[in-house]
Amino acid sequence: MQSALDQVLEKARQAGASRVHAIRLRIGALSGVVPDALQFAFEALADGTPAQGAQLLIEDVPARFWCAACSHEFEATRMFAECPDCHRPSAELRAGREMELTSLEVD
Amino acid sequence: MCQECGCGLPGEKPVGISAHHHDHDHGHSHGHDHHHDHDHPHSHTHSHGDATGQHRVLEVRQAILEKNDRLAERNRGFFHARGLLVLNVLSSPGSGKTTFIRETIRSLGKRLKTGVIVGDLATDNDAERLRKSGAPVVQITTGTVCHLEAEMVANALKQLDLKGLELLIIENVGNLVCPASYDLGEDLRVVLLSVTEGEDKPLKYPPMFQSAGAAVVSKLDLATACDYNRDAALANLRRLAPNAPVFELSAKTGQGMDVWCKFLIEQHKAIKARNPLGV
Repeated sequence: MQSALDQVLEKARQAGASRVHAIRLRIGALSGVVPDALQFAFEALADGTPAQGAQLLIEDVPARFWCAACSHEFEATRMFAECPDCHRPSAELRAGREMELTSLEVD
Repeated sequence: MCQECGCGLPGEKPVGISAHHHDHDHGHSHGHDHHHDHDHPHSHTHSHGDATGQHRVLEVRQAILEKNDRLAERNRGFFHARGLLVLNVLSSPGSGKTTFIRETIRSLGKRLKTGVIVGDLATDNDAERLRKSGAPVVQITTGTVCHLEAEMVANALKQLDLKGLELLIIENVGNLVCPASYDLGEDLRVVLLSVTEGEDKPLKYPPMFQSAGAAVVSKLDLATACDYNRDAALANLRRLAPNAPVFELSAKTGQGMDVWCKFLIEQHKAIKARNPLGV
């Protein structure tokens, strides 16, 4: 979260903003990030910075895998990469590891 | 601190790197960052309240761990240029990483010249244990940080005598969660599952096992005492990491170590072949 906050503050500073009101993030299901933990860490770290009190708007990105046998992409259920049609496991992750700072709302 | 668990909150002890026998910390501070680029065909948004839209919007679109990924790629280039095979060894605390690494070095003998970078929150006890194998060892003490980062590895490399080295084993901090997000520039991620941990551990920590390039079932000598269910453990590993080769072994008795060492020698050959100029 420190790295995310550093990026937020740097972008805000570059844009000449004095307050950050909202922070939009995209977090993949397989990123290992727990949104609640992120929220907690954010509140602890943002205190006393221009981002204090900003809303964290988290977009969850589901884990998606590619099944080579069926030639189609599928969404993982409970993080297991098992093709719903042929039930073969897939190792080809197409989405779900994202940890991305999307945009900020500033003044 | 890391964005997953909030480790290393302000006031943390700086990261120390030690190639010698005593705990002296040269404070290397470090920044964090990382990423992963994929297509996202669709996604679900759960916003906790919505922003009002009356503020100025700055588009960023930047991976949070972008900096770590960049440094990891730099490490990877450095490793490839030297023809080094690099392993990132991960597991829960107490799965037997240190013993496994020590015995890997012993079993390899002269076949692959090996060095080790070992990460722990505190103490250089693991480095001491590993030094008994005769290999050069550098300890990273992370203070309160629960994982290694590419920058820590790059700094540790400066303390390691790389001359003639063919294999570099990085023992990560014992943790099945956050280290999964941090690329160190390794060729192969080796995830250990000891028979004492329960066969369903891979199902409990999907991101880590999903990222494994090879899986090691360790402490096989304790399988009977633990009522280890081999079929269930292998099925669970398959589910998460279908393409990762699985090595079942006991570092204590030496069972399975030879197959594992042969695999490493083959992997190293492949790296050398890709880069004939490797020194």
